[in-house]
Amino acid sequence: MTRLPPSRYSFGGDEHLFVEISEEMSLPAFFKAMALTQELSKRNLPGITEICPANAAYLVRFDPDVMQPDTLVDALKDIENSVGDADMELDTRIIEVPVLYNDPWTNETQMRFRERHQDPSSTDLEYAARANHYAEVNEFIAAHSDSPWFVSMVGFVAGLPFLFQMVERDRQIEVPKYLRPRTDTPKLTVGHGGCFSCVYSVRGAGGYQMFGVTPAPIFDPEQRLAYLKELMVFFRPGDIVKWRPITREEYDRDIEAVEAGTFDLRIRPVRFSLKRFLADPTRYNAGLIEHLCGEGAQA
Amino acid sequence: MSIEVIKPGLATSIQDAGRPGYYHLGIPQSGALDQYALRLANLLVGNDEGAAVVECTLLAPELKFLANAIIAVTGAELDVRIAGTVVERNVSHEVLAGQTVSFGFMRSGARAYLAVAGGIDVPVVLGSRSTYALGAFGGYHGRKLQAGDVLPVGTASASAAAGRAAPTELVAKTPKDVELRVLPGLYFHRLEPVSAKTFFEDTWSVAPEADRIGYRYRGGTALKFKQRQQPFGAGSDPSNIVDAGYPYGSIQVPGGSEPIILHRDAVSGGGYAMVGTVISADMDRIAQMQPNHKARFLSVDMNEALAARAVYRNRLQRLRIALTP
Repeated sequence: MTRLPPSRYSFGGDEHLFVEISEEMSLPAFFKAMALTQELSKRNLPGITEICPANAAYLVRFDPDVMQPDTLVDALKDIENSVGDADMELDTRIIEVPVLYNDPWTNETQMRFRERHQDPSSTDLEYAARANHYAEVNEFIAAHSDSPWFVSMVGFVAGLPFLFQMVERDRQIEVPKYLRPRTDTPKLTVGHGGCFSCVYSVRGAGGYQMFGVTPAPIFDPEQRLAYLKELMVFFRPGDIVKWRPITREEYDRDIEAVEAGTFDLRIRPVRFSLKRFLADPTRYNAGLIEHLCGEGAQA
Repeated sequence: MSIEVIKPGLATSIQDAGRPGYYHLGIPQSGALDQYALRLANLLVGNDEGAAVVECTLLAPELKFLANAIIAVTGAELDVRIAGTVVERNVSHEVLAGQTVSFGFMRSGARAYLAVAGGIDVPVVLGSRSTYALGAFGGYHGRKLQAGDVLPVGTASASAAAGRAAPTELVAKTPKDVELRVLPGLYFHRLEPVSAKTFFEDTWSVAPEADRIGYRYRGGTALKFKQRQQPFGAGSDPSNIVDAGYPYGSIQVPGGSEPIILHRDAVSGGGYAMVGTVISADMDRIAQMQPNHKARFLSVDMNEALAARAVYRNRLQRLRIALTP
């Protein structure tokens, strides 16, 4: 697998240690962050209060009265040395998330903030399609939804997932953010900025291009749906997401189910192997999707 | 026992010691921004020091007590009135059923804390009663207080009594010019050398955009980040990084113009380079800064940060000893 240089360690005040695995985003960097933070959790070191993996870095919060700062650095370097070059595998889940692309609500919101956009005469989808050399919006939607994505970070605000597509870099969708952020984004908008997609867990400000909405609640303090009973936040770093384009009729049906409290998501447990993925991403992804949708063997 | 909100004030919310443990899911610790004032208020009324209190910001509320209670107000300097009579801050008082507690303007400081014996008894969510407004949960229905809200109060401890006073030397004061000690790091190396200097030399003042999420400062020389070929996945501006976790107290400088210090309702991560972190011992000071309040950033190393932390903890320990019957 791709070998990464040693991580950079830097203290964030007297209570945080920030570990930058790589300056640039890549699946191996994300995977290393996941592997290191999982191992760190397992070791159950005293004085560690938060472990937050995020894209190509991770953040640890600690109590320096219990764990000396330098001792913590030594412990994390030890983990990096012991885990860093293993064949990284991840026990996780793959989740199908329905998306109504090109929906009326994000389209209406786009129109209100057109002067903040690079190309006021196009929609966000048209702009993104062109920026990624797709002739038609439909081809772009297919590229966005055909291959699965890793949840590479959960945060910014409660329960908001950042997602990184599991494809070769030359196929990675890249779109600049709005020139100036909007002051409004509909709840559950599927957006994209830079190389990351996201789902806005709450209504609010945002700078990502807006592609559609999902009917599936992903953050609910009331925890009304089955998949939110355990925790009010649905997504976890390491989840694999497959978008499924849906029609307006399906969307309306899903919303009715959400309101009735009967809506559910297709979720399957899966073991992901980075080595096998990197050997043949297209074939590996096909296996993942088969595992998600059918009775097929584990990817 | 309960308290009715007559006037809500500007941004009044229920806060306690906080909600650690969920930052990896984007849920910040929340809790009283001035943790020392929180603990002082609770100790004065015989509560556990982390009990839920009313956090008042800039313009404090007016509250009607529906039963007798023991209260104490700490934090910002302002007049506290019980049924129209001014009473001392940092001392516990009895409020009788039907009486109103009201406040004057904040002469110094930005946050006052009203503790009630028994604590504000809103539901515990993920281990805390603190309000997290962005997530719309915790505290009183997940939001700041509104007129007409009725706050439930828990059962007072046997030690709750009027007339308990904090030793003057253990009450924090907010100076006119605040010094915030900063451990440089994270992406400090991305600054041009001249900016690494002016950041600590200039005087900064609190911008109007200062709240529980973060405090924005302005007035200093705009900071320049070194030009580079931006890494894949980072934004196009040299102040951008691949989105990463933000420490509490970390200082980001979007576009290089105005530093923002994240506080207890922090956004948990994002794509702006952080140039350092305010040390834990100085986070309460930020909570007491009003808009236009002046600050200097002082560069410290880890040993100095830990020494300041020990001083803070030692003072808190003396407070506990002084106020525990």
